[in-house]
Amino acid sequence: MALTTVPTKACAVNPLKMSQPIGGAFAFMGLRGAMPLLHGSQGCTSFGLTLFVRHFKEVVPLQTTAMSEVATVLGGYENLEQAILNIYNRAKPKIVGICSTGITETNGDDVDAYLKLIRNKHRQLAKLPLVYVSTPDFKGAFQDGWEKAVTRIVELLVEGPNVNGLRDSSRVNVLPGCHLTPGDLDELRAILEDCGLRPSFLPDLAASLDGHIPDEFTSTTIGGIGVDEIASMGRAGWTIAIGAQMRRAAEVMQAKSGVPFRLFERLCGLGPCDEFMTFVSEISGRPVPPKYRRQRGQLTDAMLDAHFHIGGRRLAIAAEPDLLYDLSSMLHEMGAQVRAAVTTTQSAVIERIKTNEVLIGDLEDLEELARTENCDLLITHSHGRQAAARLKIPFYRAGFPMFDRLGAGHQLSIGYRGTRDLIFDIANLGIADREENHQPTPDRWRAPVALPSRSGHLSSIGAAERSTA
Amino acid sequence: MSSLSATVQNIFNEPGCAKNGSKSEAERKKGCTKLLQPGSAAGGCAFDGAKIALQPFTDVAHLVHGPIACEGNSWDNRGAASSGSNLWRTAFTTDMNETDIVFGGERRLWKAIKEIVDKHDPPAIFVYQTCVPAMIGDDVNAVCKAASQRFGKPVIPINSPGFVGSKNLGNKLAGEALLEHVIGTREPDCTTPYDINLIGEYNLSGELWQVKPSLDELGIRILSCISGDAKYREVASSHRARAAMLVCSKGMINVARKMEERYGIPFFEGSFYGVQDSSDSLRQIARLLVERGAPQDLLGRTDAVIAREEARAWAAIKPYKSRFKGKKALLITGGVKSWSVVAALQEAGLELVGTSVKKSTREDKERIKELMGQDAHMIEDMSPREMYEMLKGAKADIMLSGGKSQFVALKAATPWLDINQERCHAYMGYVGMIKLVEEIDKSLSNPMWEQVRRPAPWEALARAKLHMQSPAAEITCEPALAETARRARKICHCNTVDLGTIEDAIYAHGLRSVEEVKEHTDAVGGCCKRRIEDILVSSPSAMLQAAE
Repeated sequence: MALTTVPTKACAVNPLKMSQPIGGAFAFMGLRGAMPLLHGSQGCTSFGLTLFVRHFKEVVPLQTTAMSEVATVLGGYENLEQAILNIYNRAKPKIVGICSTGITETNGDDVDAYLKLIRNKHRQLAKLPLVYVSTPDFKGAFQDGWEKAVTRIVELLVEGPNVNGLRDSSRVNVLPGCHLTPGDLDELRAILEDCGLRPSFLPDLAASLDGHIPDEFTSTTIGGIGVDEIASMGRAGWTIAIGAQMRRAAEVMQAKSGVPFRLFERLCGLGPCDEFMTFVSEISGRPVPPKYRRQRGQLTDAMLDAHFHIGGRRLAIAAEPDLLYDLSSMLHEMGAQVRAAVTTTQSAVIERIKTNEVLIGDLEDLEELARTENCDLLITHSHGRQAAARLKIPFYRAGFPMFDRLGAGHQLSIGYRGTRDLIFDIANLGIADREENHQPTPDRWRAPVALPSRSGHLSSIGAAERSTA
Repeated sequence: MSSLSATVQNIFNEPGCAKNGSKSEAERKKGCTKLLQPGSAAGGCAFDGAKIALQPFTDVAHLVHGPIACEGNSWDNRGAASSGSNLWRTAFTTDMNETDIVFGGERRLWKAIKEIVDKHDPPAIFVYQTCVPAMIGDDVNAVCKAASQRFGKPVIPINSPGFVGSKNLGNKLAGEALLEHVIGTREPDCTTPYDINLIGEYNLSGELWQVKPSLDELGIRILSCISGDAKYREVASSHRARAAMLVCSKGMINVARKMEERYGIPFFEGSFYGVQDSSDSLRQIARLLVERGAPQDLLGRTDAVIAREEARAWAAIKPYKSRFKGKKALLITGGVKSWSVVAALQEAGLELVGTSVKKSTREDKERIKELMGQDAHMIEDMSPREMYEMLKGAKADIMLSGGKSQFVALKAATPWLDINQERCHAYMGYVGMIKLVEEIDKSLSNPMWEQVRRPAPWEALARAKLHMQSPAAEITCEPALAETARRARKICHCNTVDLGTIEDAIYAHGLRSVEEVKEHTDAVGGCCKRRIEDILVSSPSAMLQAAE
């Protein structure tokens, strides 16, 4: 059981964390015809936009209420009103998702009241769903923003069970956490459909940020789940929530529509996949399709092949809680030791991570821990590249943002197939590192007298000065 | 120390800015940043601008005082190169939390500064003020002043809350901070008659180093560059330079002009993009230095270097001219580079179908007119949809722009080249020009384009089948069917509004403008604006009269 340590330092160095509002905006990007709107100054949106564009290499719709100095003093009502009208007239969205920021929260803008006023004043907005989420920058992190936005969407848009009556047991709701990539969602969809189920993903980033080329240019999101489909989610037979962060949204869904839910905290690794397939097979009333039996075999074989290279690795990992829990658990089950674990925000899963201590901190903390613990594998998002280069250890990119490699949206780490590929990727990194940086040399076994006390690092003496980043 | 609003006023009163000079007193007071349009604004805030301008200080610790969004969402996103320290790549932020908002963030800021001093001991710390601490009244100036005294090193407040304005204003606020706290606070170890400052050059992708060899050869020393590959000490002693060049950018004109005013350093605005502009800039530098007392022979030596480099560059570019024949480029970039890149592209033999002048000054526009002729297609503000239409309609063969609009081009299956801050190639000076041409060629001639533009084979098949079964023949001889088909033509593709609906609305309400049509139908009026105008023009007047 891991202890959670909260940092004492005043200065965050090389932040791991990103802000809540862009996490909320990210959730809205999985809705069709949506325009996420950050209620704050221009930079709040611009930074988030750049981040998403660098990660997905896609057009990303994201708007701002462009709070000026005067608006900040007088309150943001007019800016919000203008922004919504502008968006309505220009982009004709199906839904507008509004997230507050540090500046408007400090100001105390009562956005719920503003929205009521705006609706009263402009009749043409009567049917346009306006979903507001409070996401101050100075609280929580990216994952919290996502969690809140999805919960809010369920609260506001899912209709109760009495509408159009019947429940359809072949329909299943999926509430994915923000640690799943569009590639992961596609894999999940395939699994569920192969078992004869019809899934609705909320949000569904797979169709909006999977990098396909649309025939027409739109200024809102191009894919994702539609508002109508969300409304009808109350008629599904089951809700599957993925990641502890989605518990709340699933509970709200159940309270509102009576759809029972099952929470899967992890979907990476043999055990969690078995559990998931069994559940899917149960609710669909069908045996697990042969395709997945085959994939399971491949995964177990991959585990046998890779354990030589992953077993005993001293892992340093930093990620948002659910991703951290998912990846570190799988690698722990493959024999790696989690020696340094850093996360961004509090969560129920932290204490279940297989390490002594999880630090709520930044990448400087990770780097220091990795150095003192002699870690030989670093996993975090792209910002970890500098630390990995300084530490001269292999670096695997996971999570958001991943701006210095291609294909972030298609990275797959769930299901038997995803776990298999992930295991191979990480094992191969280890093999490449040994070949490139740890070739034996005549001096290798001769320890210099004045060597610092980092005894575990002897193996790298005389190795080429090559970074793996 | 003046207040932030006084500083902003002061910046707006920039006499060096031609645009500003031509305004009336009252207009000038209003300032030059247009009020941003909520719901359709893009671009960074003042903090973004300040950080961009100063981050290339390589040995300084950049500490962002604010909640996590300001630094957590934005760090490590630009590629300025450093010849020494890499401290600038480390992100420092106070990551303010709720408690700080309630009780004030000054204490945390103080501790953060202390931690940086203890851990890194940098020559200086830049502290960026952002929106939230500014709102709650954190006195960053006071904390910095106290910290400077306590730790015996410059701790410099950069007053740049995002809400005061745009990125461009932020550049200038950064410049003001340098003028107030940095420039002129140290003396250089030695001076030469060949010392220059480069202002507004950020050394992205190490571009500055493409130009430096020519300067080195002439014996010209870059005393300081503000702020590409800058070291704190160099900029602090930059007031001893003999001349300065404002590189392409109006972002820091306040620095150049005030240094001229305070220290008598003459400056000119120049560019190292394009062969001609590079030569002009070298000549100007030499001329200014000679005027300030450098030996006369510098002029002759400069001309010799220019002649040699130009000959080399032309020889390298020549083979491409024939390859680019008939190719058209669309240039979407900030004002800073528009004219200098226009020159560069024309040298390569490309035809320009348009260039954006969104952030350009009047002088910039004049220069573009000079280069592209009086009827140059200058785009004030182009929506992504319009760019897409232009590219999809093959009105341009390649788009050059910043990273954020790249997907507009790529989704239209059209070549695109990054000429903005996130690019990975350096295009400065004579070598850079050759590189730019090479990259354009690589992009234009890539065989991939042909493949991605080809529709999936089954789609072509399906279309052919549909065509065979289509009742086109029936339609042409049956007037009612023909009318239905005519009315079903899609006008607004974005919101699927057909011709009939628009005609009916025009008829029913007597509409006369696109705006009115937008009000009465679902038409977006963006890319379909032209088509709606055509309908309005061609609508029979009887129809309108009837409506009236």
